[in-house]
Amino acid sequence: MSLMERARLSRVWPMLWKEFIQMRRDRLTLALIVGMPALQLMLFGYAVQTEVRHQPTIVLDESRSSESRALVTTVANSGTFDIVGHVHSRAEVQSLIEDGTAKAALIIPPDFMADIKRGRTAEAQMIVNAADPQSAAAALAGAQLSAGARTQALLGGAGHRRVVPLELRVRPWYNPAQRSAIFIVPGVIGVLLTLTMTLITSTAIVRERERGTLEQLIVTPIDKTSLMLGKTIPFIVVGYAQMTTALFFGKVIFDIPIRGSLILLYVAALAFILASLGVGLLISTLARTQAQAMQLSFFFMLPNILLSGYVFPREAMPEPAQWVGLLLPLTYFLKVLRRILLMGVGVEHIWREWVTLAVIATVLLMISIKRFSKTIE
Amino acid sequence: MTFPAPGDASRAPFTTATGAAPVAVETVHLRKTFGPLVAVDALDLTIARGEVFGLLGPNGSGKTTTIRMLCGLLEPTSGSARVVGFDVAREPEKIRERIGYMSQRFGLYDDLTVGENLRFYATVYGLHGDARAARLAIHMGKMGLLERATQLAGTLSGGWKQRLSLACATAHEPAMLFLDEPTAGVDPAARRAFWESIYQLARGGTTILVTTHYMDEAERCQRLAFLSRGHLIGLGTPAEIPALFGQKTIEGVFVELQRRDEGAAA
Repeated sequence: MSLMERARLSRVWPMLWKEFIQMRRDRLTLALIVGMPALQLMLFGYAVQTEVRHQPTIVLDESRSSESRALVTTVANSGTFDIVGHVHSRAEVQSLIEDGTAKAALIIPPDFMADIKRGRTAEAQMIVNAADPQSAAAALAGAQLSAGARTQALLGGAGHRRVVPLELRVRPWYNPAQRSAIFIVPGVIGVLLTLTMTLITSTAIVRERERGTLEQLIVTPIDKTSLMLGKTIPFIVVGYAQMTTALFFGKVIFDIPIRGSLILLYVAALAFILASLGVGLLISTLARTQAQAMQLSFFFMLPNILLSGYVFPREAMPEPAQWVGLLLPLTYFLKVLRRILLMGVGVEHIWREWVTLAVIATVLLMISIKRFSKTIE
Repeated sequence: MTFPAPGDASRAPFTTATGAAPVAVETVHLRKTFGPLVAVDALDLTIARGEVFGLLGPNGSGKTTTIRMLCGLLEPTSGSARVVGFDVAREPEKIRERIGYMSQRFGLYDDLTVGENLRFYATVYGLHGDARAARLAIHMGKMGLLERATQLAGTLSGGWKQRLSLACATAHEPAMLFLDEPTAGVDPAARRAFWESIYQLARGGTTILVTTHYMDEAERCQRLAFLSRGHLIGLGTPAEIPALFGQKTIEGVFVELQRRDEGAAA
């Protein structure tokens, strides 16, 4: 390490030391940070119902018959499901649902055609990722409609029959009771972190500017990287404290499952917390007053709540809205949260989101530090 | 004849552009504009090392803008300036290590104690460990701040706040000190004590650039520069200045300048 680097590092410490003292003395903010998760969980713990269409669906067709193909066509025409691919094993079904490629899977057993021909009730399965109960409810309705349509067609073709020729059984995975809290509560954790991290960081530097302390600080030899990191790092601790509180209340009040590894979740959360802090820092280089910083932060919250998949499933959105969603750190973190908490997946199903978040965080922090100027213009 | 940086063991002597008598500040055609407003124009100013130099002028005459450019807080629009041997545009960090600055407004942390503010600034200026503790103990004693070490800065009176600001700006023993209206809103006893500290620093070799509206303070400076609407219009010792403007006292100069400014605005 060069001498210059060592000197630079040494100036982060006084910043951190100062920030933690100030944080400890600001009791109201501290109480707000800890109290907010509980309050928000209460407020948002109830779902908003929406119609969901075009759920990405995979097909495991073990029958490979004209009847099975007819069922697939009917399902595809329902509008609820979009067939995105065919697979050849149950393991593949599981894997594609776990990494989010598919929200539903249609499984047609080998003797499907034979059962229909022999006059028995042929059973097919529709597996639905019910971690999101809105999607699951829509899938349930869609599956019944499709089965009904196919039954009508078969009855019309074969005339009088005693048994129902075809049944499409829906298997809601991960959240069999389809409780909306289980879907919403992990989302609240993400939304809460986005809001606090963005808001606190964006106002932190602007507050120093308004109070006149920034002028005194930037006339010292402190480098801007130390200054920005010193203002940012303490909030990582705050973010983890909030996440822990929210998880605790989510478990106690709403009984949300924690199926995956908490360690994995905490590691994954770091990239998201840094990305959210990066947004806050970027806002702080744009805003001149705390009021402006707050307005910009709340403005940033709107797309997060609407487009990230927090309440409204992203599959139901028009494409441009989905693209905007791809720019939001929360979109990726929600997937990570729900997959780890509700589906219990391992690192192999969240690393893509994690890498994306890390890239977003790095880019935002670098832009912010570059934009920050040690002058008072 | 050195301007040591804190923590700089070599204490390399600084040389000026001329290489002759040590110069603390030298500006050449310094200019700063904010949009259509010309805040400082064609400013040529030289301040010798160890001098107590006063920058005077009505509100809006360009005093604060000049100080901010010299401290690296504002970039000059054109012209150049060297402070303690370094160019303000090219080597602002070298300057920052070697100067102290007190703004018009209290710029320290209200929610830190006196001791914590001092410790923070000493560390930011590169002081660590035992050296920092020893330096701060002596410094706080000299500034009379020891018994207030655990008081929150926000609860200090105006005079004590200003004393703490001076202490934070000088704990790293800067070669040059910039004071922008340091005694605004401070009672006469505190002002007197403040100036005693200033003289003590000057005796120790610190160059001081101070702006003020108080006549008695102006008369304590070794040399004065008068600014009016961004231009340097008079330079000399406190004894020479009144005659330049056909006045008997410095206060007379102030009143005359204020009158001219208002006449120009009307």
